[in-house]
Amino acid sequence: MAFKKLINNKKLTLLSTFVLLGTNLLMAQSSATSDTTPTEHTPVMWGSVTYYIMLFFLACLGVAIIGKILRLYDLTQKMQGKKGMNWNNIMGICCAIFLVAGLFGAYWSLTEQGSMSLPEAASIHGVDIDNMFVVTTILTLIVFFLTQALLFGFAFAYRGSDKRKAYFLPHNNTIEKIWTIIPAIVLTILVVFGFFTWTKIENSSEVKGDLNIDITGHQFAWELRYPGKDGKLGNVSYTLVSSLNSLGIDFQDRRSMDDLRADTLVIPVYKSIRLNIHAQDVIHSVYMPHFRLQQNAVPGLPTFFKFTPTITTAEMRVKTDNPKFEYLLYCNKICGDGHYNMQKVVRVVTQAEYQDWIANQKPYLTDAVKKELKMADVKSSDLKKISSNRLALNN
Amino acid sequence: MSTLAVHDHGVVHHEEGHEHHHKQTFLNTYVFSQDHKYIAKQFLITGIIMAFIAMTLSILFRIQLAYPDKSFPLLETLLGRFAPGGRLSPSFYMSLVTIHGTIMVFFVLTAGLSGTFANLLIPLQIGARDMASPFVNMLSYWFFLIASIIMLSSFFVQKGPASGGWTVYPPLSALPKSMPGSAEGMTLWLISMVFFIASQLMGGINYISTVLNMRTKGMDLWKMPLTVWALFLTAVLGVLAFPVLVAGVVLLVFDRSFGTSFYLSDIVLNGKIQPYEGGSPILFQHLFWFLGHPEVYIVIMPAMGISSEVLSVNSRKPIFGYHAMVYSLIGITVLSFIVCLHHMFVTGINPFLCVVFMITTLIIAVPSAVKTFNWLATLWRGNIRFTPAMLFAIGMVSFFISGGLTGIFLGNAALDINLHDTYFVVAHFHLVMGSAAIFGMLAGVYHWFPKMFRRMMDERLGYLHFWITFIGAYLVFFPMHFMGLDGVPRRYYAFTEFESMKRWLTVNTFITWAAIMAGVAQVAFIVNFVYSIFWGKKTVQNPWNANTLEWTAPIEHIHGNWAGEIPTVYRWPYDYSKPGHDEDFIPQNVPFSQTMNSNLPHDFEDNPVGLEQHNQWTNTKKANEEVK
Repeated sequence: MAFKKLINNKKLTLLSTFVLLGTNLLMAQSSATSDTTPTEHTPVMWGSVTYYIMLFFLACLGVAIIGKILRLYDLTQKMQGKKGMNWNNIMGICCAIFLVAGLFGAYWSLTEQGSMSLPEAASIHGVDIDNMFVVTTILTLIVFFLTQALLFGFAFAYRGSDKRKAYFLPHNNTIEKIWTIIPAIVLTILVVFGFFTWTKIENSSEVKGDLNIDITGHQFAWELRYPGKDGKLGNVSYTLVSSLNSLGIDFQDRRSMDDLRADTLVIPVYKSIRLNIHAQDVIHSVYMPHFRLQQNAVPGLPTFFKFTPTITTAEMRVKTDNPKFEYLLYCNKICGDGHYNMQKVVRVVTQAEYQDWIANQKPYLTDAVKKELKMADVKSSDLKKISSNRLALNN
Repeated sequence: MSTLAVHDHGVVHHEEGHEHHHKQTFLNTYVFSQDHKYIAKQFLITGIIMAFIAMTLSILFRIQLAYPDKSFPLLETLLGRFAPGGRLSPSFYMSLVTIHGTIMVFFVLTAGLSGTFANLLIPLQIGARDMASPFVNMLSYWFFLIASIIMLSSFFVQKGPASGGWTVYPPLSALPKSMPGSAEGMTLWLISMVFFIASQLMGGINYISTVLNMRTKGMDLWKMPLTVWALFLTAVLGVLAFPVLVAGVVLLVFDRSFGTSFYLSDIVLNGKIQPYEGGSPILFQHLFWFLGHPEVYIVIMPAMGISSEVLSVNSRKPIFGYHAMVYSLIGITVLSFIVCLHHMFVTGINPFLCVVFMITTLIIAVPSAVKTFNWLATLWRGNIRFTPAMLFAIGMVSFFISGGLTGIFLGNAALDINLHDTYFVVAHFHLVMGSAAIFGMLAGVYHWFPKMFRRMMDERLGYLHFWITFIGAYLVFFPMHFMGLDGVPRRYYAFTEFESMKRWLTVNTFITWAAIMAGVAQVAFIVNFVYSIFWGKKTVQNPWNANTLEWTAPIEHIHGNWAGEIPTVYRWPYDYSKPGHDEDFIPQNVPFSQTMNSNLPHDFEDNPVGLEQHNQWTNTKKANEEVK
């Protein structure tokens, strides 16, 4: 009705024709100018904007015309003594169409896009998570298809008519008990399953892994620290951060002296890896979707995650049929403007390859750092002092 | 005293010497009105404006996601320094995401939804002349408006609005130098939130006291419509949860401006060691989510209440399992306070704590499931009348199912490891609390429009609006699940930096166009809404043949709602299609003595006198029939 009056308004029609003409002219002009000056790179694309606006108005006009036609049809039907349009039936049928189309769409999306998602788990606990995921997916999909079908099915089947009266059914305790208890049971199963999976993943986190790696997030990069020959990582303190010592490594700690710097997170396959996760400025999050691994990096609160990779990068390249495939680690907690590009390549290699690689990594304790710390002429007596300090610290 | 004055107003005119007789001026009728019906309209229109702003913001960042490498000179013309070279800057992208979330969650779905319908429906449906404290009620709206203006004004500060996500986690939000939006924009965000929370508390206390103290004769708690139950419990949630956010916000203000370290510790920013020590960023998350999780129920419960009412009225059938519906609302209210840590499974909190919260989170799915099944059962064998409101209520149920089911994934700590903060989460909450709540709100707008504006909205435009929005929302959010499962994180400015994410670009483009389509469909709503306010068809007293009390109030709005005595309530609000009655509805104010044919023994469960009379009546009827 709103549109009926709108269309009937002749002034408005006139105005819209004017606008149409005007913008057509404008469009022609702007296209002409862009033709003549192709080098100028700042054409405020009013042309295309008006194009879209006109498109929108055309759509509105179309809607209005269809509305008007329907209205006319309705009136003529009524004049002939027939019943007018039964919108109730039409909407009921729309619900049925939506049901069929929607179920098909959901199925299409699940198969087509579903196959693009959830890459193969490349860690031991990842497989557990995936099993849990599959069970949950099956259960929820059953409920999803069933309830949506009922919802739109009922909407279609019980679309109203004047002849019928609804069935007065205020409650039915039996059926209500059933559909309280069944979800409760299903959810209990999921809770128990989830509990076991979760404790399996988290319980062993406290324990040191075969390889402990420090990963530190700051705006907008990750820094890695591998233990040296002693297999141990030294202390760090944010108060020691300087331009040369970006991680604030405590070189008074002997375990720190051989700690290695690395650009890529290279990890040996089938070894338990413990990531010690730090953040320097704001909260970041270590996210490695292939390994089903995520843990926030919180300043002032070191966190950790232990996992065992099972598929090397080389194997994964064959599996995915993508010779350029790389595992990635990226930030998954909003951390500033550069949040969208805070990645690190993760490479899973065999033990032998790992040994080769680690042998080529440079220590954090470079000559420049030594110079700054005046460690070049550290005497054995001083070293003793340091170690006693460390003992005191440890106690 | 003012309460009393409102009570008396328009009813008892013999108190001539009473000083409380307000003079009707332009200012106190149309601007600083204390009439709940008018305040409801103010909330609604402000909410709709905010919703349009937030929707526009979302379309802006969707354009960036669909065309990350393309330059749109128009954007530079419109946004200036925020879109240099016709591309959104990363910091402005973050601001858009943040302000979109903040406005939608707080300003539209909390204030716009509860504010509108609690104000409109609570007094009208329980039979009160106005809110318990109309003045505080008015303040509630004006604080909300101030909060909205401050929030929007942050677009005009040099470095742009807050940009740390709507959850504003410190240290990002606490360190002004960590990103542009954490400077003045964040300060404005915090000030705005303080005003907003003050508004919510004033509103909430009012709603609670009105429901508890001002019900009309006969309106006991078990005769209240589900809308009132939902709005009441929502208000309880808000009053208990919002103050905790104020505490969190105030501490954040201290950290930002007065050098305290509540949330900060061990920080090196841009190579400079910061003097903060001993705080914990996790503390803020605890405080935030203590509000934040109840908040999502604050958003969805009014939508549930509205949908229950609309589904029942338009199915011409009582809501199935009224008591179960109320108990599940109460269950959700209680449980919503002990599920909040499921937002923090991967922050490094104690794994055992995660187990506890995983259990509570999955328990809350039970009342939600009960509600869903009850809605389905309400439709079953109904006589469904597809008004636009009914379609939106059905859409709400559909979204609630689709989005609710993915909550079972995210509530499971083990699965959350891989899904946390990905597009799976975006899809989940946009369906279950975004789309579902907005559909509940739209259902309410279409259904109670005649009550608010005394005119009807155009149905066919409503149908058009519904179908495009409904399909559009599914097209936008359904594919996002799969992006999330593939490990695509939320709040990324562009997916161009990752080889693995580039293949989702086509999907992103598709989503953006679906979003634009759904956005354009809102024009159908706004045209319908504005046109119908002024030129819509005049409504009749009870356009939907509904039972609740608001339809007994005169069409013309009068201060005090009912001209004479407030109607007395005799029955529950869902006597639709009762067998034995000639019409398919019996309003709440019709006594059982007038409907002897349709009374059931069940109607007199807590009324032994009535039951006796009912039995007597049926016996005499039987005896009469035998005589015949």
